[in-house]
Amino acid sequence: MWPRRLPQPAASVVCMIEAQGLSKDYGAKRAVDGLSFVVRPGVVTGFLGPNGSGKSTTMRLILGLDAPTAGVVQVNGKLYREHHAPLHEVGALLEARSVHTGRSAQNHLLALAQTHGISKQRVAELIDLVGLHDVTRKRAGEFSLGMGQRLGIATALLGDPATVMLDEPVNGLDPEGIHWIRNLLKQLAAEGRTVFVSSHLMSEMALTAEHLIVIGRGRLIADLSVEEFVNRASKNIVRVRSPQADRLRELVVGPDVSVLTHEPGVLDVTGLTAEQIGDVAAKHGVTLHELTPQQASLEEAFMELTRDDVEFRANVGELEEAA
Amino acid sequence: MSEVSLTGPLPRLAHTGRVTQLRVVRSEWTKLRSVRSTRWSLLIASLLTIGFPLLFAAVTSSRWGHMSPSERAGRNPLDIALAGVNVSQLAIAVLGVLVITAEYSTGMIRASFTAVPKRLPVLWAKLGVFAVVAFALSLPAVIIAFFASQAILSRHHILQISFSHGGVARSVIGGAVYLMLVGAFALALGAIIRNTAGGISAFAAIFFVIPPLLNVLPTSWNNAINPYLPSEAARSIFSLTHGPHSFAPGPGLALFAGYTLLAIVIAAVLLVRRDT
Repeated sequence: MWPRRLPQPAASVVCMIEAQGLSKDYGAKRAVDGLSFVVRPGVVTGFLGPNGSGKSTTMRLILGLDAPTAGVVQVNGKLYREHHAPLHEVGALLEARSVHTGRSAQNHLLALAQTHGISKQRVAELIDLVGLHDVTRKRAGEFSLGMGQRLGIATALLGDPATVMLDEPVNGLDPEGIHWIRNLLKQLAAEGRTVFVSSHLMSEMALTAEHLIVIGRGRLIADLSVEEFVNRASKNIVRVRSPQADRLRELVVGPDVSVLTHEPGVLDVTGLTAEQIGDVAAKHGVTLHELTPQQASLEEAFMELTRDDVEFRANVGELEEAA
Repeated sequence: MSEVSLTGPLPRLAHTGRVTQLRVVRSEWTKLRSVRSTRWSLLIASLLTIGFPLLFAAVTSSRWGHMSPSERAGRNPLDIALAGVNVSQLAIAVLGVLVITAEYSTGMIRASFTAVPKRLPVLWAKLGVFAVVAFALSLPAVIIAFFASQAILSRHHILQISFSHGGVARSVIGGAVYLMLVGAFALALGAIIRNTAGGISAFAAIFFVIPPLLNVLPTSWNNAINPYLPSEAARSIFSLTHGPHSFAPGPGLALFAGYTLLAIVIAAVLLVRRDT
């Protein structure tokens, strides 16, 4: 038999995705523009960007399905195509469907498994794992979107990969399926694997990812932890509810502090922390019913971050200028 | 379907091997046999290869008494025995194109090239598996077609020819070789064009459209060019007689094998270079 190698997901230095100056042109259009990033093992890394920002292209470049115009991307220390057992290095779910519609789920997985000498038993295990045992002999063309997605995930996990890369995995899944995927991703990361998941929804990423790589129009916008992202998202507004609102307003307002009132008894204070406002209120005997630092929603923060990089923004700008 | 939550951790894989050409061949064999349309196409190709000779043998037998001596002289038992090859070549060619273009149209090619990112082993395996299957099914079909059509004709004691007669065995086996090469040629066209309709059209143009067009040319030109056409070179593999303007089986086989090889080389170069 062939030499065997178990993956060493535990904090191995080479167990990751590394892109350097990665660019891809399709004709005159630059889909990916000088991307450099590292995806590390042990955590779920979210790959976030608006639709059309180059996420899927980047994933195809990682797998060598498309050749980069410039730059290089390595997986676990090598170009993907140079690995002897590629399915063992990276398991991928691409956004575009990658299944022959006339073949059953079982035969689809078996054909891919056989390229690596992976057994039929393994195929059966994966079918059980993703919950497709009832439809294992059904032709993939008859699958619902959710079933197709589960088959794609089974395909990705077939080779017990050190790196799992999923493009928009929650697409088409019902709520239970989405819940399942979130847990699966966390679990795979906890096992020490590198987990790289794309999404155009920040709220989805906030629930699963610990680290974020944010791109817009093919360029890197941010490479940061979800925690940092959330902190950046805070607007420094503190909501104060008080029966003596007018009194408090006079006490806090100043050159660097502004106060807005949307309804009687409620103040939105900018320029002071919740602690500072609390201290002022205590000192002057003002009763407080609420004192809450406000955060922008994650989606708002994401839109703020990518606003300049959303495809077709230029058209909107031209319209505004014309008007 | 019943919703099932993840029941446990992803089971570890104890035995992982590397990608080898033999393993890719196994994978391609699974792919070929696990699609319903493939099984039907191959079955139909075999039935056509056998069925048409039976039909023509029966028709010739029943009409023999009404035929003029010159018409009788024009009948050839091998033409009857191999009549089905002309029909089933279309089924084989379409299937050859589909073996690869269906992967592009469904997106399966992305999964295939993710599993085998060096790509060429996939092309070699597809060619090897399909050629072997096409030959393995065609060979018994042409042999059955020969003996069955001879059996029908023998009841009327007409057009009898022995399998051991000079060139007969070569022509009959040549029919199966022809179908195998046509399948490989069509597969390579499919790999170059990556589109089912385009691949089938290209095959039809090369085999069925260009040859009659040449009849418009002056006869001397036509005679000079015609034998070099892929379709004519291929046909000489299973023709019993060879006129002044056609190749003998050996050179014909070599020439068509050369065309097939050329198509395969182009397909291989493009396969490695192009984005998927």
